Amino acid sequence: MADLSVDPDKVAQKLEAAKAEAPSLLTRLKRSDVWYSFTRSPVAIVAAIVVLVIVLASVFAPLFAPQNPFNPAELNLMDGFTPPMEPNQFTSAVYWLGTDDQGRDIFSTILYGSRISLFVGVSAVALAMVIGIVLGLVAGYRGGWTDMIIMRIADVQLTFPSILIALLVFGIARGLVPPDMRNDLAVWILIVSIALSDWVQYARTVRGATLVERNKEYVQAARVIGVRPFAIMMRHVLPNVMGPVLVIATIGLALAIIAEATLSFLGVGMPKTTPSLGTLINTGQDFLFSGEWWILLFPALTLLALALSVNLLGDWLRDALNPKLR
Amino acid sequence: MSGAFVEVEDLVKRFNVSKPWLNRVLERLPEQTLTAVSGVSFEIEKGQTFALVGESGSGKSTVAKMVIGLLNPTDGTIRIDGRSTSDAAEATALRRRMQMIFQDPYASLNPRWRIDKIISEPIRVFGLLSDEAAIDRRVGELLELVGLDARDAVKYPHEFSGGQRQRLCIARALSSNPEFLVCDEPTSALDVSVQAQILNLMRDLQDELGLTYLFISHNLAVVRYMANRIGVLYLGGLVEISDTKELFTAPAHPYTRMLLDAVPSVAQVGRVRQPVQGEIPNPINPPSGCVFHPRCPFANDRCKAEVPALKVHDGRSIACHAVDEGRLPIGAEAAAA
Repeated sequence: MADLSVDPDKVAQKLEAAKAEAPSLLTRLKRSDVWYSFTRSPVAIVAAIVVLVIVLASVFAPLFAPQNPFNPAELNLMDGFTPPMEPNQFTSAVYWLGTDDQGRDIFSTILYGSRISLFVGVSAVALAMVIGIVLGLVAGYRGGWTDMIIMRIADVQLTFPSILIALLVFGIARGLVPPDMRNDLAVWILIVSIALSDWVQYARTVRGATLVERNKEYVQAARVIGVRPFAIMMRHVLPNVMGPVLVIATIGLALAIIAEATLSFLGVGMPKTTPSLGTLINTGQDFLFSGEWWILLFPALTLLALALSVNLLGDWLRDALNPKLR
Repeated sequence: MSGAFVEVEDLVKRFNVSKPWLNRVLERLPEQTLTAVSGVSFEIEKGQTFALVGESGSGKSTVAKMVIGLLNPTDGTIRIDGRSTSDAAEATALRRRMQMIFQDPYASLNPRWRIDKIISEPIRVFGLLSDEAAIDRRVGELLELVGLDARDAVKYPHEFSGGQRQRLCIARALSSNPEFLVCDEPTSALDVSVQAQILNLMRDLQDELGLTYLFISHNLAVVRYMANRIGVLYLGGLVEISDTKELFTAPAHPYTRMLLDAVPSVAQVGRVRQPVQGEIPNPINPPSGCVFHPRCPFANDRCKAEVPALKVHDGRSIACHAVDEGRLPIGAEAAAA
């Protein structure tokens, strides 16, 4: 018979040593395949830099922006319609990207506008992810009637264009809110309506992955010792289905930013007093045919750069996490 | 009742394999059930190994899952140490005393969890140790016990080979100090040299910790090495239960004979071997009478009409009309014939 005795002191020593040597999260990240593929992908690096610059510039907008475009006290109507890099004909003030009809600096409105666009996009994706992941996990793990009801609702919702759902939710929510609070609550209504129009794809992805994972033996091993279904879903299944979710979340972020811009452009999103990129584009198109092109162009370019970069990052992430493409 | 540690009586599992309700109504189809396990009974003495062997689809894994509690039996009882698993309170209490080792070591460890978390999960779920340092120490000891290194506690599953992973699974199974282990083909995903190591480890652990095993396998060589008693499963029913030695020296049931005859051995070089004839029938629509009769060389009209029951012959149970009627001699009679 083999020797099965274990020396506890030696074990304790080895454990100490192993704990001390265990790679930190950062080193593990650096050694990971995803990081390796990131460093080999120029497109991903450029896209990441663009996103990072826009995110930092908009998060710290008050530090970078020459003026606060939301504060009427800082605006001078005489500065209105100043072309980019040219002195204003009345005040001789020079603005990099010009000003709009109210005399607001376009550069500042873009920084503050991206701030709102990003906030709405990230929050909407986060909310959609939470709804989609929970419903997808429950549908996939429970199966049966629960699965059927959740997925049929999702199917029905998919038959409508998501912007229509968002408009519908937005309209209903605005109707429920007292009129004097509409502008203050606009951001939150926008977030909820975009999230509700977007949860389906998360739910579908998570359900599919959960169907695969729940039959794996590590889930059965947890069931054997009596771990509750909710704990199995959250602790065992969820970490293993997050890969594809992160990919669609990244691409979904670009879509959410565009959805927000679309709604604001249509005039149902952010009010003109606190404009997002979409509201800015909406404002700009009023003046496009009178020759004031910069009011439209620069916010539109920012939206393009942001959405494109986020999308490219999403594409790269999908390839990096898909072992079949390696 | 006899005092066996594990008693399984008339275990039945039927699966509903009907099409969805709407299809049934529209296409006028009846409900269909698949009988995966039909009336299986066996006992395991404490500290012994009972093996279930059979072809794919014979219901081995279904029996294992019912014994461990992953599936609810349609009918029948499972008693472990005299407590029935159909009673919810007793089942919860029993859960601490049994564990399972799975077939695929690549799927049975959560790839996102670190080894110490995986192995300590049963300890935490059952609240066996509350002190973090004590849990760490226990994990280290378990790793050393199964022939790995305590330092492996901070690694992740992908850093291990198949055999090492199976050792990790054994360590996890042992972490809650179980008395009874259900092993569902624990070595069938491993290559032969590693199989032997894992089997030796399991036998050593059995001697050391007094474990009781229910061992599921389709590999006769593995079963011969591991088991004290063997149950041969065919289409969800036990056709023979014998001590290992008797089963291999003098198989009684025609199916057991066929299985053993198909195993190549050095002693039989040059002899024309009888390959296993035919395939296991569809359990949705099983044959009448003895389910083995379409493949049985000794079948007669009675076999086609009447289901044989397990009957005891010299301490072994056999379900066969031919053996029962003496048409097919067993043991010493067979050797003499």
